[in-house]
Amino acid sequence: MIRFITRRLLISVPILLVGSFLCFFMVAGAGNPVAELRAKPGVTEAQVRALEVSLGLDQPIIVRYWTWLVNFLRGDWGQSIALGQAKVDIFDSVMRGLWVTARLVIGAEVLAIVFGVAVGVLAAVKQYSIFDYIATSSAFLMFSMPVVCVAVILKTYGIQFNNLLESLGMDRWLTTVSPAEGGFSGGFGDWLFSYTGTYLLPTLTLTLISFAAYSRFQRASMLETLNSDYVRTARAKGISQRRVIFRHAFRNAMIPVTTLFSLNAAVLFSGAIITETVFGWKGMGNLLVQSVRTFDPNMLMGWLMVTAALVVVFNLVADLMYGILDPRIRLA
Amino acid sequence: MPSDPRANPSQPSGVPAAGTVVTGEFDATKARKQSTLVLRRFFRHRLAVASLAVFTLIVLFGLLGPLFWTIPVDDTTSRGYLPPSPAHPLGTNQTGKDMLAQLIVGTRLSVQIALVVALGSTIVGVALGALAGYLRGFVDSAISRFTDLMLIIPQIAVAAILVRAFDGSWYTVAFILAAFAWMQTARITRGETLSLAQREFIEAARAAGARTRWIIFRHLVPNMVGTITVNTTLAVATAVLSEAALSFIGLGVQPPDTSLGLIINENYSQITSRPWLFWGPFVVIVLLSLAVNFIGDGLRDAFDPRQTKVRA
Repeated sequence: MIRFITRRLLISVPILLVGSFLCFFMVAGAGNPVAELRAKPGVTEAQVRALEVSLGLDQPIIVRYWTWLVNFLRGDWGQSIALGQAKVDIFDSVMRGLWVTARLVIGAEVLAIVFGVAVGVLAAVKQYSIFDYIATSSAFLMFSMPVVCVAVILKTYGIQFNNLLESLGMDRWLTTVSPAEGGFSGGFGDWLFSYTGTYLLPTLTLTLISFAAYSRFQRASMLETLNSDYVRTARAKGISQRRVIFRHAFRNAMIPVTTLFSLNAAVLFSGAIITETVFGWKGMGNLLVQSVRTFDPNMLMGWLMVTAALVVVFNLVADLMYGILDPRIRLA
Repeated sequence: MPSDPRANPSQPSGVPAAGTVVTGEFDATKARKQSTLVLRRFFRHRLAVASLAVFTLIVLFGLLGPLFWTIPVDDTTSRGYLPPSPAHPLGTNQTGKDMLAQLIVGTRLSVQIALVVALGSTIVGVALGALAGYLRGFVDSAISRFTDLMLIIPQIAVAAILVRAFDGSWYTVAFILAAFAWMQTARITRGETLSLAQREFIEAARAAGARTRWIIFRHLVPNMVGTITVNTTLAVATAVLSEAALSFIGLGVQPPDTSLGLIINENYSQITSRPWLFWGPFVVIVLLSLAVNFIGDGLRDAFDPRQTKVRA
């Protein structure tokens, strides 16, 4: 197990390295961060040149990449160099954004897997029942919904719900714009109130989108295993329905869903970008949108590398899951 | 059915009952092509056919809309935020542009983007996947590692950065999205090719001296056409949603071009005060991706020879 994890992590090092090279080329090719300065009146060419030299932009791209890489591996991710913005440390900003997004994404993903798998299994076991029709069609609908629309609709109804609460003489519960920075305070009741209010809508948005994919996948693979020969054999031996479903069918039906889990990492991140934009969260999504707008190459590189590393981790977790679900897939 | 020989137990099966004349019934049974079989199966799938109709209507709305609705899309002579009226069935937006005209152009460009992305990513994915699966060895390792590499970078982030570098016209967005959407297809095609390449007919073709390109396009691809078609259809739905997401954060299609995602971006803040501005593009986008998903499902059933629900 340890050997497997080590080996997998070692294999991903060259991929991340080549990835960083490609990303650097792409970001460097996407534009010159000081270009806008040139267009401004009253800025002399000499000033622009001086700024370029101080940022190292006069050097060939390969030299810049090497400098960036060495610093990056040392833990010095540089500072943001976008014009007209406060200089901030890249590492700090990316980690702060990651922390915000992680709290949102992890909760949503866990909820989506638990509910998606449960609904998928139930829909497969009771195929063509009313429950199956409702679950399948709502999953289909959610699967075809843009995240944007789910977020905007939930936000709108959240505000109306708040207004309703207020008209009933209660406090507004759901946070629909920019959650307060810093932690929650007050007693447990207050804490629970503001915590759920802050997380409910964004988490629900991401959960609904992923839930649709998980329940569809789980239903399809569960149906396939339920109709397979070894499940019929297990039934013929007189094993109880519950045991057949959970011990024989469910475990094998989880394998395709695990594949979906590793592929869902990227979907989740793009979903988070939209959700954060709509609800005004200052996470990874907001960071990306801001750094593309202001064009901050250092920040973009930090962002891309952290996300790429996370996807690698997601894939590793999925591979470990395969081994647990199916002992024939040996991790050696 | 008295004319059926098997209905008469006194007769051995296969022998016509006395008095019935066997006409050229067996001669009339023609061999059916795979495409005919698939189409027959598809057209028995009611939901898929209805979805195909909806999809066609949406495409026609985008293509032929300008013939019937003649207000130019960039006409700003009307007042801003007019409510729906006969002159402007969906009202006008902040700058006084007619929303129906916007919706027509947005639909057309969104569909165009989705189709370009789906076709482009399919061509690249199938070519790379088939090469990797058929040639194996070094080519396979190189292509597979490259696919892994492309998968670790989130598509939406790369697209946002690249769109900024180029311009936000619809085809730029389409090409950039396609360039980062082929990995799934490549993986699926590689898997199918690996198993197909072991079959005798491929060996026979190779023994007969067929070149790699011939084998891939004449023998491998036609045998994977079901998987590829279904995958392309689903890629259309994914592309509709990716485009909407990208344009929504303002890093996709840029004015003067427009798209469903951009229209939602510009108008979603009006959802309570002027709901028609949001629900119009919303309905089109959901119908579009729902219809395409159902078509994909219908095609999957139609291509699957194991499926027995409808007899073809």
